Amino acid sequence: MSTRGQTHLWMVQRVTAMILALAVLVHLVTIIGAVRGGLSAAEILGRTHGNGAWFAFYVVFALSAGLHGAIGLRNIAAETIGLRGRGADLAWLAIGLVTAGFGIRAAYGLFA
Amino acid sequence: MAEPASLKVSVWRGGEQGDFARYEVPARANQTVLDVVTHIQRELDPSLAYRFACRVGMCGSCAMTVNGRARWTCRTHVRKVVGADGELELRPLANLPVIRDLAADLTPFFDKWQRAQGRFQPKDATDGAVPEEFAVVPPASKARREADAGIECIGCAVCYASCDVVTWNPDYLGPAALNRAWTLVNDVRDAGHGERLDAVAGDAGCHSCHSTQSCTERCPKNLDPSSAIAGLKRRLFWDTLLGRR
Ligand code: HEM
Ligand code: SF4
Ligand code: SF4
Ligand code: FES
Repeated sequence: MSTRGQTHLWMVQRVTAMILALAVLVHLVTIIGAVRGGLSAAEILGRTHGNGAWFAFYVVFALSAGLHGAIGLRNIAAETIGLRGRGADLAWLAIGLVTAGFGIRAAYGLFA
Repeated sequence: MAEPASLKVSVWRGGEQGDFARYEVPARANQTVLDVVTHIQRELDPSLAYRFACRVGMCGSCAMTVNGRARWTCRTHVRKVVGADGELELRPLANLPVIRDLAADLTPFFDKWQRAQGRFQPKDATDGAVPEEFAVVPPASKARREADAGIECIGCAVCYASCDVVTWNPDYLGPAALNRAWTLVNDVRDAGHGERLDAVAGDAGCHSCHSTQSCTERCPKNLDPSSAIAGLKRRLFWDTLLGRR
């Protein structure tokens, strides 16, 4: 990867870190709100079903977590086991997107 | 602290492969670690290889690993690093090839200064000629203060030997070269910013630094390469985001 591409990865990781800092807070508040007075499927679906803003938030959250985590693991793998190069980079991108995909699929299940 | 009457010194002998030799050196008042090494070489074993020049903390040639920590030996008092047991362990600087005994090969370290475009490229005299006028750089300007903060580097490689990222990634430019690049990026007389910022970006450059600050903690000149590197990251972030590079 070019140094410009590597710079972009670093930028994505820092921007997603900022998003995550905020999103983790929102997520925690949501969890605490959701479990008050017992947790029921009907109550959760009532809140999430067809709620576009809620779904958009979790898409951004999942994408940020997936990309942030994969870029971070890429750094760790390069430094600890010397895993570097184009093949590894493509694999990390795939891992990041698949992780995000799982999150988005779960959110979509509650939205649709 | 109780002063031991003599020092029990373990000194690395050999190249990459080698072993420690033990020497007993009389303890003296105000003795530096370099004094100890010199005593061994002059009085006990003339075949010992080590490097020094100025003996007053200016030239940057005397750095070694002293009891596990990179230090300039000419300005390190023995009493600061040796306990009551008088044990002193000396090895060549880490993260560099060993030439022999206490002399490390600093070639990779200085090659990286070149790779980081660590040389001044005058704006008004690109052909190397002396400019007509002096450049006026207000001492209180932000760029001048940023440059000032890093300018006193003596190239001792203590920071380089103390950085884990250099150990993990031999291509990493390291704290001193990046610190140098940051002083030049803040030099308003310099014309090479674009190339230099390209040279210090990415996995082998500033973006691999974890801001752990070993470099800053160990620099004998009290410089702060870690903050210089953060400056490079900040500059590259905005320049890239706003399409200025
Ligand atoms: C509150 C939210 C988060 C913030 C503010 C945050 C911030 C950061 C920052 C600043 C770094 C860079 C550290 C360095 O360069 O040394 C980092 C690295 C990393 N993060 Fe996060 N992070 C957050 C959440 C997460 C989550 C949810 C994951 C897992 C998916 C994660 C996984 C990682 C990994 C694996 C690294 C690589 C470590 C390294 O490069 O040293 N982080 N994070
Ligand atoms: S702050 Fe960066 S350059 Fe300095 S020791 Fe830590 S990783 Fe190395
Ligand atoms: S930054 Fe400090 S520790 Fe590093 S080479 Fe320069 S003077 Fe030595
Ligand atoms: S001998 Fe010059 S800095 Fe130590």
